[in-house]
Order: sequence, then structure tokens, then C-alpha cells
Amino acid sequence: MRAFAQLYAALDETTKTNEKVAALTRYLSAAPAADAAWAMHFLIGRRPKRLLESRKLAQWAWEEAGVPEWLFAECGNAVGDFAETIALLLPPAALSTSLPLHYWIEERLLPLAAAGDETRRGWLVEAWREMDQGQRFAWNKLITGEFRVGVSQSLVVRALAAVSGVAAEIVAHRLMGQWQPTPEFWERLLAPAAGGAAPEDALGRPYPFCLAFPVEGKVEDLGGAGEFQIEWKWDGIRAQLIRRQGRTFLWSRGEELMTDRFPELAALGALLPEGTTIDGEVLPWKDGAPLPFAQMQRRIGRKTLGSRILAEVPVALMAFDLLEHGGADLRQQPLEWRRAQLEALAPPSSALVLSPVVAESSWENLRHLRQESRARKVEGFMLKRRGSPYRVGRRRGDWWKWKIEPYSVDAVLIYAQAGSGRRASLFTDYTFGIWDQGKLTPFAKAYSGLSDEEIREVDAFVRRNTVEQFGPVHAVRPELVFELAFEGIQRSPRHRSGIAVRFPRMARWRRDKKPEDADTIETVRALVG
Amino acid sequence: MALLELRESGLYCAAGDFYLDPWAPVERAIVSHAHSAHAGCGRYLTARGGGALVAALAGPEAAIEGIGYSEPVTMGGVRVSLHPAGHMLGSAQVRLEQGGEVWVFSGDYQLAADPTCAPFAPVRCHTFVTEATFGLPVFRWPALGETMAEVHAWWRANREAGKASLLFVHPLGLAQRVLAALDPAAGPIRAHETVARFNRLYREQGVALPPAEEAPGGRDALVAAPPSCHGTPWEKQFGSASTAFVSGWMRIRGTRRRRSLDRGFVLSGHADWPALLGAIEATGAETVWVTHGYRAPLVRWLEEHGRRALAIDARFEEADW
Repeated sequence: MRAFAQLYAALDETTKTNEKVAALTRYLSAAPAADAAWAMHFLIGRRPKRLLESRKLAQWAWEEAGVPEWLFAECGNAVGDFAETIALLLPPAALSTSLPLHYWIEERLLPLAAAGDETRRGWLVEAWREMDQGQRFAWNKLITGEFRVGVSQSLVVRALAAVSGVAAEIVAHRLMGQWQPTPEFWERLLAPAAGGAAPEDALGRPYPFCLAFPVEGKVEDLGGAGEFQIEWKWDGIRAQLIRRQGRTFLWSRGEELMTDRFPELAALGALLPEGTTIDGEVLPWKDGAPLPFAQMQRRIGRKTLGSRILAEVPVALMAFDLLEHGGADLRQQPLEWRRAQLEALAPPSSALVLSPVVAESSWENLRHLRQESRARKVEGFMLKRRGSPYRVGRRRGDWWKWKIEPYSVDAVLIYAQAGSGRRASLFTDYTFGIWDQGKLTPFAKAYSGLSDEEIREVDAFVRRNTVEQFGPVHAVRPELVFELAFEGIQRSPRHRSGIAVRFPRMARWRRDKKPEDADTIETVRALVG
Repeated sequence: MALLELRESGLYCAAGDFYLDPWAPVERAIVSHAHSAHAGCGRYLTARGGGALVAALAGPEAAIEGIGYSEPVTMGGVRVSLHPAGHMLGSAQVRLEQGGEVWVFSGDYQLAADPTCAPFAPVRCHTFVTEATFGLPVFRWPALGETMAEVHAWWRANREAGKASLLFVHPLGLAQRVLAALDPAAGPIRAHETVARFNRLYREQGVALPPAEEAPGGRDALVAAPPSCHGTPWEKQFGSASTAFVSGWMRIRGTRRRRSLDRGFVLSGHADWPALLGAIEATGAETVWVTHGYRAPLVRWLEEHGRRALAIDARFEEADW
């Protein structure tokens, strides 16, 4: 626990990614496998199911700290972090535990879920009393599950690659899907690339998604149009549909298992040959055309899907790539070859729709055709370099997204302020941030574009997640991602980001994106042209 | 009988016709310490050690009278004396007495030992006007030695990595407290011109500070600079330096992260929660007026513990330290 708390502090103390990777590498090489597996599990954002009600945790904390409930709440408002508030309020630490991380997690943290309240309370108080300030903070973070320390999965993967000597792409793949953070998994994760039979954690495991880069300058700079396979850019939920050992798995890009939410696609899986993985976009799809994405949102939130909603908003998988066929990994095969295999296995009249290839060979014609994007309910074109492999993550060069105007940027809600008039006392005026060297920098303000219902939802979020107040301005936990659309962009020394945009508005709430998926200052600067 | 009342320009003593730490220019002001918010007044009364500092902020024309600690003067019918507040050189609590009624106005204060100024002296009173910049129990300061050990470890690590150490700290008061606690043998100490200017005023008052030249210095240097320099072109001359901020606010992780700093060190010229409660207790006051910062929580706490307490308005908030 000591080394882990130090790692947590080290990650927290630097904004520089190289230093974060170095700290991770140091910890992961030195830690015993049982500790390293748990640390990695939490650092990439996985967490146990709810362990206990935070209300109880709070009560035991304020009682141990000797402060009344109201004062605990005042402190929480000032600190803006539940785990940290508790760590700061507890009586000064007298001890420091030398028990390992896996002891605390396996013997004290995981059993909390099933224990009675008196036992839970006893364990928590005992843990606090045995830990120093930094350990208490890391421990509270583990319990509350709010474990973000400015470390993205890709940084952890870099560190794991450095520790093991296994290529980052392979490590990233091994981390996908479902697995348990055991020493055995840790060994398999770091095993040499060639060695090892497919272990059980590979059954439902998706491949790391290949992501497109936005076309930033003139599309002609990418080369000839003929060098690319061109498809429409569909506006849905990116997903991989997997069929292995008679089972079907549908994964989102955020590595959420969505099979149960899309029975149409679970049924589709059963039609696929053994050992198949298809990459595509889940779309609300009816009568051979997409429905507005907002229709999809009616489905996403529901726990149970009645026959009515299934009839009103059916979905299809707009399939555009084949990653695995007959159990073999196809990702190094050229694009056209994968496409041909995909076409060959596509079950006829099913929920699988083949993403049409646009047969135009000049940029000029394509630019013209691209004007139809809105009418076609697509976002522009995807340009995929012919002959290219299926790469891991967002790499410049092979996959490009050539979106239609207006400009659009995915940004994170960082400040909110109550509106006026009809919107008085509702948080409706938002400031959005984009990433600049690992920090969210204010980029644009936007007030319009959300439905009243979405505004109410965001308002409730702001009230629950205000970290700090500067007069009327509430700084919120950076969690919500919105697609901002705007008409013009130019450099501006008066703006913190160095960029000013014209008529920014919220084009869409990107519930499917995490804050780390938001755009960076570099990609936004490139829009200035 | 109320010796103080809140007026448009600040806390006013009608019996003596003067203001305490006014936030707008007034004819007659008693100032607890040098603070730019009190500039522009006709005449000032302050503690002798702080006169030069008040002059530095109030301008050369200001009429400033300095008196020694515990040397009473009479203003109108009010007996006024100043008592050390421990906040910075020449900082003072203001004691007012009339007809057996005693009020003490704390100004900014803190209780820990500080070689650059006289230590806080508790003064018994009926009504105590206290600040509450850090009036929540999450604010609990580590010992100076603990914080300085962290500063030195950070500085050493930076030297080994070939990086300058930029230490942002309020340039008047807290900067001198930190400089006095630095080990000059650990490496070259440098000061931004604003800090250096206040260092000279401190030295003129006989406060020993380590040499801290204005020259930029090498990559092994620790540079004390005002927080306003952070993120400005001034920083560029140091290349890829490590940045840190010294302040009570650094107790909270979010306030450090928001500033894009590498490190935050917890040290303050203000009382933490235990010190606020201890200072209030030591005055024996029946009534406590609370101004600046987290007023409402401190007021509620005091009321729940058997004192009369009241939050009073302040039109400016203390600088961020």
C-alpha cells in the first residue's frame, strides 16, 4: 500500500506524460504480481461493483473525524472530492501500513460488499487508523471508485509495454474485454508475444479499435482519391460484434458489453460463423435508412426493451470491417481483402448492413457528393487507405474522417452558470474545455443546442458535481462530453486556448464518449488552417 | 456597547472616528498590516515594524504613523493599542478599549513560530473580530519543518534533473517566511524583483534573510516569485522548470491542479482551523465577529459551542495565500 500510495501521489504531482509513464513503469516493475495486477486494474479505470453506500461511508468518516454532518458537507463543497475530504478530515495519521495493496483490496475492500454494517465500519475505521495521509487518500479513492489520476489507458499500456518488452498493441489487445486482475492474468499479460495458448480471458475479448484522424488541411494533401476506399461516415455507436464458441458479444468503443441492449444484434451474432469479429456502427435503422441519432438515445437509457420501442427504433450493424475470420486475426491483412471476406460472410436479409463503398475517384466529385451528407443522415466520408492494416488506436495516415461543415469539436463541460429569464436558476450557460498538455483548457462557451430535457439532466449533473464555485460560476467534474459545432475559427490572443470560434453551439451530447476522447488543442489549432 | 460598526467603507469606530482595514479610501485608518486593498487613505496608524511596508504599498505621499506593540494611544475617547498577529512583519491585532469594554480586531493572523516577525499574542477581550480565511476543519497545517523538508526534497530532485525550481509565493510576508527557512547551503536562492524589493525592506528592519539575488541563476537555483508570474513569459527564461506554489490552499488537491502546477506546499500566513479555535478560546470573548473566507461554518460552529457569533461582510477577499 505504501508504494501504491506513492505512485498515486507521483501521478498526481506531474502533468507531464513521460513522467507519469516513468512512475508507472517504476511501480509496475517493482510491485509483486498480485499488487501490480490490482494497480493496473484500477489505473485503467476498472472498478468493483458498488461496495457500500457513500452515505454510510460519509457517516463513519465524520464520526471518526469528530465533526458534525453539516460541517462534513461544507468541507465536501470546499474540497470537491469525497475521498479527499475524508482523508483531510480524519485525525492526524499516527501509523503507516506496510501491508501490501492486494491484502487491502482482497481482504478488506472487496468483502465490504457482502459484510454487515458493523463489520464494514470496523474495517474502514481500522484501515484509516493504520494508514498515513497518502495511503488514506488512495484507499478512499479505491473505495469510492472515483479513481482518476490523469492517467489514460494508453499511458498504462505504454508502461506495461516498457515493463514487459511486449509491443504496446499486443498489451492493449490483452487488456480488452473481461478478465480478473490475478497474478496469473498479470503473467499472461506480460508473457512474450509468441508464447502462451489463448487463455480463457480471450473468449469475449474485442480488438482495440482503429480510430480515424480528422482531415485537417486540404483533402488533396492526403494523396489521390483513388488511394482510398471511401465510405460514408455513419452517426451511431461504434461497436465490435464477436461470435466465438457459440456465444455472441457486442462491445462498445468504451469497452462496455452491450449485447443485452441490442437483441437484434445478439440474434445477428447467432447467424455468424464461429470465430468472427466484425467492426461497425450500431445505427437506428428502419426501411433501409438511418433514423436520427436522438431516436437511438430513447433506447440506450432503458433497462428493459419492450416490443414497442424495438419496433419503433430497430437497429442494424453498419458493418465495415472484418477483424477475425475462422478464429484467425485478420488485422494485418490489407483492407480490401478484409472487406471481401466481410462481404462473403454477411448473412443476407439480416440486421447486418454492408457499409456502401462510394465509387467516386476524384476529390472534386467527392466534395460535391459530400454536400449530400446531411440529407443522407451521415457526417461526411471515411477515407481508408487501400492496402492498409487495421491499426490499434488513433494513428495518422490510414484512416481519415472527412466530416462535413460546420466545424465540430468534442469538448468537455468544465464550468456552468445559471441562465437568466426563462432559464433562471437552471444551469444552462456552459464553458467547454479541450485537452492541452493533459489539462482541460477553456475553449468555448455555448448556451444552445440542447433539448429542455437534456438541460434538466445537465442541470442536475452540475448540482451534484460542482467541485468549486467562483461566484456564480460552478466548476464541475469534467465528465460530460459534447460535440460543439461552430461556423468560424481563428486565432485569438484574448482567449485562454488562443482560439476564438464563431457561433458555437452544442450539436450533440456525446454520451458515448469519455472525457479523454475529447479533442486536443492540436487538432483544434489545425482547423484554423 | 458596540465599539465597531460596519459602514460602506469598512469597519468603523464612531467613538474614535477611524476605520479598521477599510476597503475604500477614508480619512483615518488603522491598518493591521501592509495590504494594497487599504491604499489611498488620508492618515494611517500601523505597527512600527510594518510602516515601511505599508508605505511601499500606500505610496510615498501617505501619512503613516507607526507605534510600538502594546504602546497605547488615545483616539477620541478610545484607547487603542496594537499587538502582534504573527501574519508578517509589523502585522498587528488592534485592541480598542472604552469604558471597560474591550474589542480586539485580529486582522490576518497565524499562531506558529516565524523568525521573520513577532509571534501572535493572545489578548483578552469581550468581542473578538476574527478572520476565517481557512475556517473549515480540512485546513490543518503541517509543521513548518515538514513543509520545508518537502520543499528541499523537491528542490534537490529538480537540481538532479537539471531543472530550475520556481516557487510561487505571496511576495510580502509568506515569501520572507519561506526564504528564512531555506537552507542556503542547499543551492543558490534567487528572488523575483518584487520579492527582492520586500526582502530589502525586511532586512532594513533587521530581519535576517538568506542572500537571494535578483539574477535569474542557473538550473540549480530555487527562485521565489509572486504567483502572478506563473504562466507568463517571465517563466520562459528558466526553460523546463518545475513549478510549485506555497499557500494554505495547497492543502486541497483541486486548487493545485487547477493552476497547472507540479507541486503545492502547505504553508500559510493565516490560521488553520485548530488555530482559529485556539485563538478565539484564548481571547475569552463572549461574542465573535467573523470576517473573510469561510465565515458561515465558523459562525455556526461557535454558536453550537456556546458563543455568540456573527458573520460580517468584507468587500475584498484576502489574496490567495
